[in-house]
Amino acid sequence: MKLTVNGQAHEVDVEDDMPLLWLLRDELGVTGVKYGCGIAQCGACTVHVDGMAVRSCQVPAAAVDGAEVTTIEGLGTPDALHAVQAAWIDQQVAQCGYCQSGQIMQAADLLDRIPDPTDEEIDRAMSGNLCRCGTYPRIRAAVKLAATKLQEA
Amino acid sequence: MGAVKTFTRRAFLVGSVAIAGGVAFGTYLVRRDPANPLADDLAADEATFNPWVKIGKDAITLITPHVDLGQGSAHAQAILIAEEMDLEPGQYRTSFGQPSPAYWNTALAAESAPFRQTDTSFPAQAARQAIGALGKVLGLQVTGGSSTMPDSYQKLREAGAVARETLKKAASVETGIPVDKLATRAGAVVLPDGTELAYTSLAEAAARIEPARDVPLRDPSTYRLIGKPTQRADIVAKSTGTLDYGIDLSIDAMVHAAVRMSPRRSPVERHDAEAALAMRGVQGVYEVTNGLAVVADNTWRAMKAAAALDVTWAPAPYPAEQADHWAEVEASFTEDRLDQEWRNDGDVTAATGDVVEAEYRCPYAAHQPLEPINAIVRVTDDTVEVWSSHQMPRFLQQQVAGVTGHDADAVIFHNQYGGGSFGHRLEFDNITLAAEIANQMRGTPVKLTFSREEDFAQDYVRQIGMARGSARVRDGKVDAVDLQVATVSASTSQFGRLGMAMPGPDAQIVAGAWNAPYAIPSFRVRGYRVPELAPSSSWRSVGAVTSGFFMESFLDEAIHAAGADPLEERLRLSDWDVSRKVLEAVGEMSDWGSDLGPNRGRGLAMVESFGVPTAEVVEVTATERGIRIDKVFVAADVGRVVDPINFENHMQGGVVWGLGHAMNAEITYRDGMPEQLNYHAHEGMRLYQCPEIEVRGLENNDVVKGIGEPPTPPAAPALANAIFAATGKRLRSMPFHSQIDFV
Repeated sequence: MKLTVNGQAHEVDVEDDMPLLWLLRDELGVTGVKYGCGIAQCGACTVHVDGMAVRSCQVPAAAVDGAEVTTIEGLGTPDALHAVQAAWIDQQVAQCGYCQSGQIMQAADLLDRIPDPTDEEIDRAMSGNLCRCGTYPRIRAAVKLAATKLQEA
Repeated sequence: MGAVKTFTRRAFLVGSVAIAGGVAFGTYLVRRDPANPLADDLAADEATFNPWVKIGKDAITLITPHVDLGQGSAHAQAILIAEEMDLEPGQYRTSFGQPSPAYWNTALAAESAPFRQTDTSFPAQAARQAIGALGKVLGLQVTGGSSTMPDSYQKLREAGAVARETLKKAASVETGIPVDKLATRAGAVVLPDGTELAYTSLAEAAARIEPARDVPLRDPSTYRLIGKPTQRADIVAKSTGTLDYGIDLSIDAMVHAAVRMSPRRSPVERHDAEAALAMRGVQGVYEVTNGLAVVADNTWRAMKAAAALDVTWAPAPYPAEQADHWAEVEASFTEDRLDQEWRNDGDVTAATGDVVEAEYRCPYAAHQPLEPINAIVRVTDDTVEVWSSHQMPRFLQQQVAGVTGHDADAVIFHNQYGGGSFGHRLEFDNITLAAEIANQMRGTPVKLTFSREEDFAQDYVRQIGMARGSARVRDGKVDAVDLQVATVSASTSQFGRLGMAMPGPDAQIVAGAWNAPYAIPSFRVRGYRVPELAPSSSWRSVGAVTSGFFMESFLDEAIHAAGADPLEERLRLSDWDVSRKVLEAVGEMSDWGSDLGPNRGRGLAMVESFGVPTAEVVEVTATERGIRIDKVFVAADVGRVVDPINFENHMQGGVVWGLGHAMNAEITYRDGMPEQLNYHAHEGMRLYQCPEIEVRGLENNDVVKGIGEPPTPPAAPALANAIFAATGKRLRSMPFHSQIDFV
């Protein structure tokens, strides 16, 4: 099967039911995407498939044949940050940081769909992403900051 | 040329086994400084002045031996050195270093002395000193107990100052200019004419001279970094997916392993691996202690095959059913199981007035940081290399050596940033199991990753416990509080697994209660030790999460029975100025006493844990669908706030941790197995439930303390007290969602 990850084309030979999460991590070495629960309860594995945020632990390889996948590494880099990443740095959101790749991918998707989300819309979009360290107050602030910056841009 | 071996005396090693029988040690051992581990493998042009600073031609490396599990400890430790050394963030890199007795924790052991923080009597000080010395003799390198700042604050500033002055000495030797005419700024020695000599250019010269000694520390009013907002060194990497956690590492020729462990912590009775072995990518099935391991070419394939193993497990070594665990706790309020009477002010038996009685429960809970436990181990005949994130690196070496038969010194440990811990990375199962597998395939690096379900099932849970309180109230005041607490001893369980006995009573059973900074006229706290049930371990804030909940909920009940105000009465009873000011702070922040309107309530709790008095006010609304947590005000006194942004983040996170688990998390056992195996069944707080959390740091205490754990204990009682204020309903058992709904 073929897929594009962060702009790069790949051809892989894996089982149809191998989750995209493990295809990315173990077959392609893309480790910014994290394994947390394996059952779509934590959101640490969130990536964009054809522009939409998905839990990559629930997406079988067969479903992404020909798809375009973006992970945190493809959203922006330390030298060329995405606005959401810049807001996450500005607000110093991370503690352990393990969930933050997924949080950022989820937030980028939210702001793509709803440029100026209400508190309720932020709650609804972000509550599937678990943060065991409890950085939620900073996540909220960073989403709002990113929204402002994106609208100014 | 090369190393300045200030600490050249041979390192001493006292194994953990020696503690079990009680080790005798002479004062000469205590006075000797352990060897500087950085001196062992210095390049010719590198210099080291102490175990925390290494300077080469191209780079400055600061060793931050307290591992970073999200507490921001790498950054905060580095800031302490950089402040005195005149380094700017970005001019140095950090490393967790190699395990070494030089990194013994000066604060953790002393903290366990059984005296209140306010007690500065001779016996109290002597005990702290003696227990502290034990940490040095044993070379206890431990991250935990909110001890990173107390351990590091003095010695890392000294390490930075010694490095700075030694570099000035070196510059003086090189230029002939007297030291007192030299200054330092931003990683360079500055000559009187303004010429800057980069530290890195002075490394070789500095390596040839004796390090400076007895260097005075700077006046805190001149600090550039300590106490100022700075950008965490790891924040960019953690916001761009570029930080490698242990689970992300890859070693050449590595294989992937998954385990299927007994959910009863019992031996394998029989197993059939045929189906697993036939699956794609599977290379082998190996026996390990209380389980089986599958080795494959991919993590997912290994996990899938592990799930396909057909295994029968022996019965659990603890009661099979949860009700039997509770029965054992209930049966523990006896003279036989009295662990210690920790406090007995006045005479509770002689107190008069109206009686208030209540009983409280705290269930097992799991740690479950988001990065599942994992390790990479490569065993060769000469050495063992381990890549993982761990809080006790030297114990890790011993544990691995115990599996492979190597000397502990032959175990090379590469400590990693951890994706959370909350006490979980004090345990060794992922490490020893990876070593067991790798030892059966020497030469091949084995990466073991736990599935979330295995991680939950093998979690050493938070202690289970109960409390019985009896109080007397009279004339609108609380006159007597008599609290009995019975829990299993997490510390005994935890160190027992390391072959270490914990002599004496366990102060953690009553932590947060016996040391409550209140002068209640009659005040007794007794701890009862429940025999080992499900094996348990330190969970963020350890004993204070249970006894803090018991004490502050019960005190609140007594205050209400007396008809007094929860804040006013706590202030009246306070016997420590530092904790009184923390109470006053949350009173002011929350506008305590103002009218909140209908169906709303506000609850207060204050717990001192790890030397940090922390007060919280929680505001809730009783909606038609359940309780909504609106806002939390939290104030704590850590003596000095080293990193204000991180401080706020951790205060908020500790509150979220405390509230979330109080609301909905517990582990229960059925047929000897834990019933909750993923986050849907043990959730904690989610973003939509998170209140606004306003934080204040106070600096009235004259000692520097840590903030990882103290915000957790007051959260549950403050929430329960707020729900009572809003609804009239007392919640005396965690998790609260078994008694009330949350929106």
